[in-house]
Amino acid sequence: MTAAFDAAVASYQPVIGLETHVELGTTTKMFCGCANVFGAEPNSAVCPVCLGLPGSLPVINKAAIEYTIRIGLALHCSIATWCRFARKNYFYPDMPKNFQISQYDEPLCTDGWLDVEVGGQVVRIGIERVHLEEDTGKSRHVGTSGRIHGAEYSLVDYNRAGIPLVEVVSKPIPGTGALAPVVARAYVTELRDLMRALGVSDVRMEQGSLRCDVNTSLTPAGSAEWGKRTETKNVNSLRSVERAVMSEIERQAGILDAGGRVIQETRHFHEDSGTTTPGRSKEEAQDYRYFPEPDLVPVAPATGWVEQIGAALPELPAARRARLQAELGLPERDMTALRNAGALDLVAETVRAGASPAQARNWWLTELSRRANEAGIELDALPVTPAQVARICAMVDSGELTNKLARQVLDGVLAGEGSPDDVVAARGLAVVTDPSVLAAAIDDAIAANLEVAAKVASGKEAAVGALIRAVMKATGGQADAAAVRRLILDRLTGSP
Amino acid sequence: MPTPGDGSMNRPSDLTRWTAAEMAAAVAAGDVSAAELTEAHLQRIARTDVQVRAFLHVAVDSAVAAASAVDTKRAAGELLGPLAGVPLALKDVFTTIDMPTTCGSRILAGWQPPYDATITRRLRAAGVVILGKTNMDEFAMGSSTENSAFGPSHNPWDLDRVPGGSSGGSAAAVAAYQAPLGIGTDTGGSIRQPAAVCGLVGVKPTYGGSSRYGLVAFASSLDTPGPLTRTVLDPALLHEVISGHDPCDSTSLDAPVPPVVAAARHADVAGLRVGVVSELSGDGYASGVLRRFNEAVELLESLGAKVTEVSCPHFGYALPAYYLIAPSECSSNLARFDAMRYGLRVGDDGTASAEQVMSQTRAAGFGAEVKRRIMLGTYALSSGYYDAYYGKAQQVRTLIAGDFAAAFEQVDVLVSPTTPTTAFPLGERVDDPMAMYLADLATIPCNLAGNAALSVPCGLAPEDALPVGLQIMAPVLADERVYRVGAAVERALDQRRGHPLLKEANGVDEADDASGEAGR
Repeated sequence: MTAAFDAAVASYQPVIGLETHVELGTTTKMFCGCANVFGAEPNSAVCPVCLGLPGSLPVINKAAIEYTIRIGLALHCSIATWCRFARKNYFYPDMPKNFQISQYDEPLCTDGWLDVEVGGQVVRIGIERVHLEEDTGKSRHVGTSGRIHGAEYSLVDYNRAGIPLVEVVSKPIPGTGALAPVVARAYVTELRDLMRALGVSDVRMEQGSLRCDVNTSLTPAGSAEWGKRTETKNVNSLRSVERAVMSEIERQAGILDAGGRVIQETRHFHEDSGTTTPGRSKEEAQDYRYFPEPDLVPVAPATGWVEQIGAALPELPAARRARLQAELGLPERDMTALRNAGALDLVAETVRAGASPAQARNWWLTELSRRANEAGIELDALPVTPAQVARICAMVDSGELTNKLARQVLDGVLAGEGSPDDVVAARGLAVVTDPSVLAAAIDDAIAANLEVAAKVASGKEAAVGALIRAVMKATGGQADAAAVRRLILDRLTGSP
Repeated sequence: MPTPGDGSMNRPSDLTRWTAAEMAAAVAAGDVSAAELTEAHLQRIARTDVQVRAFLHVAVDSAVAAASAVDTKRAAGELLGPLAGVPLALKDVFTTIDMPTTCGSRILAGWQPPYDATITRRLRAAGVVILGKTNMDEFAMGSSTENSAFGPSHNPWDLDRVPGGSSGGSAAAVAAYQAPLGIGTDTGGSIRQPAAVCGLVGVKPTYGGSSRYGLVAFASSLDTPGPLTRTVLDPALLHEVISGHDPCDSTSLDAPVPPVVAAARHADVAGLRVGVVSELSGDGYASGVLRRFNEAVELLESLGAKVTEVSCPHFGYALPAYYLIAPSECSSNLARFDAMRYGLRVGDDGTASAEQVMSQTRAAGFGAEVKRRIMLGTYALSSGYYDAYYGKAQQVRTLIAGDFAAAFEQVDVLVSPTTPTTAFPLGERVDDPMAMYLADLATIPCNLAGNAALSVPCGLAPEDALPVGLQIMAPVLADERVYRVGAAVERALDQRRGHPLLKEANGVDEADDASGEAGR
């Protein structure tokens, strides 16, 4: 937290709101039979419908309706008994029909809530609505800047066009004060976990399957009326959600402090600088000319079907966390750290595969988190399974590996060299435990460092380090240093 | 085998003069091959389309191939569909994988769709021979084909007059004996009005009865594909071929196809309750049209129908409501024509932005009427105006459906003149959009309510000797009723006259008609 931020939240009360888009993981797209895939050859998962070719017509994907109802129920929303899709009209090259089929004044789910935990406190966030729409294609601007301005030409990939997209709109969240950025992040985190638990999306933020628009306004302390809000678009990581709110609070406070007024506008967040720049202002806002989509019939989910979906809801993240905390016996602080890192399930599975909770926690939060960060991917995208991590833990426990060797084994697993056992065998990484090999190395070390040996023998145990280093060097680092120390002391002093 | 109902006993020597039912029966019986039929019609098109200009694209090769496939099937003893081997003129608004689809617009000139419309697929599967794609008002917006970017079609009754629209190309083709069957689309009257002014039978099935998948949309909630033919039995046969639930069209009805062929053969109105819509006559209707209409009503009465007058008080608001709803939907449907993926592209000089290319392409690619409606619709949907225009028009639509529902409590079918006037001269209304819009005065209510309607010829107007159409309207999914009444009128009038009305048409040069059998 910066001084500017502290000053801002001392003078103003922030009100935030979030619009979160999540791509659903249905097998096929929203209105056609094309595969819902990420990363395929550009324009390979397209057909007349998702390309919006003249004459083509949409047909609703029932699975997408079911997923949305699942989300609505998990967010304690009312499910509409009758609702319609609407056309949102605007021109853009990556929009095949130049209108998006969305929902307007008749969303599928309305008026719910989601509890999030911040610093051990529960904040209940109101949910305004959950509605279903189709995603657009993706433009790639070719040229020096990589942006639309200055591009030599642009390419459009329509594989994403027509992928079902759920939009979860929160109610305004007042009263969180200095915690506003953290609450925003915690909310998106909770929503992400919820989507994963519901099995409706794998939520890969780095692939853009969860995207946030963050609304922020400031109210002067003591004022009853909320200030003008800005909408920061395309905030696409958990960390960015927090930074975007913080940056907007600082920026708006600066304007208000100087006696200016905040303009209601769309702003863009920049990952590199952590700041926002203006987009469209309200004056230039598009008129989307919404009207009911005449190519589709109304959606009227039967009560029995909704009840069936409700009855089949899986354990939700909050309940699951409570259960796992009891099972793992980890303190609150560890649980929070594991959640933030997205490691809770991985740790639970690692423990289930035989590791101790403390070991599993350490591996996932330190070594594996570091590697995920270096690779710029989510923790669960690392090419290592919880069972493999548990196996490495077991080898450390049994003394087959030192911690240092264990890290090398992990390197091998991540490099695709096979299972931990394969890597140990292939790289020859097992700890040197052969007594005759160790004894010979110790003899050599003492012979080469007689003075040091004498000091140790006379009771100066602190000097033993030089001898251990010599043995480790001789064994190529594959001896267990603690065991070597024990053996040397045993030899020189008669007692370890 | 020839059956008396199909008229095989007294078929004319010129194949193109046969009805579709006669052609299908002859192909099935082996009296004539599908290849011969196709050849005769291709020749007829070659000789007459210079004057009529019904076709935008004649698909000689694929038509010949389709016909020969039918002949092969027959030779192999396979069962043929009820219209196998019969040639058809397809409105250029349906996608066809092997022919261009332009919708009469410059913006789609040369576009070759990568897929077949459901109707196209069903026609092919039934062995119907698609001769080519017919002219139309651009994106089906118009009542004369004069809004086609490729020039108007001409009415075979009088080449200086319009064939109606927007399905004027299909109507002109059928009236000129270039094809016995035509497919059109009816959004505000675009099948019934050209049928009426060309002396044909045209049917707008119940909305959702025939699939819209692959029909390039003008106004999604109104567009309805349907048949255009010279007799009442022929569209019934075609109706059954193209109808039925289509999972690719969410608005397609999952209901049995009404028994229209049986109804067309039944042709009996004894005891049927017929309502004359009082709001669809009088001011604005030509006297000759009203005269023939009134005679048709008297004819129905003489055939045993119980005729009463019925009021539909909200029909007066149908035209204004239509001109808010249809343009609103069109403004959105036509947004996709932006030069990005297919069709015309203007101004892409390497420096223009995508937005500039889009707007230049749309400025150059769309005609005046299309632009007028896009602007109307954009305005009607704008925030602040939506409730007063689009919203209010939807309420009117509900009231009109209510008028129909109330009327059909009292009567089985409703009747009116199909159009206020007979075919008007080319050029007469091109600068007066309101006058053009009035051509659909009587047909629009059925589009707003979604129910079935048919136009059948009921004589020539005394003042200009041009055809007048009788419109018969039935409730949603009671399409068979319009065929039953239409067939009764047709039979009685043909008997009285001694021959089909179309025989009196003389606009197309008949000089070389004697050589009609040259292709055999």
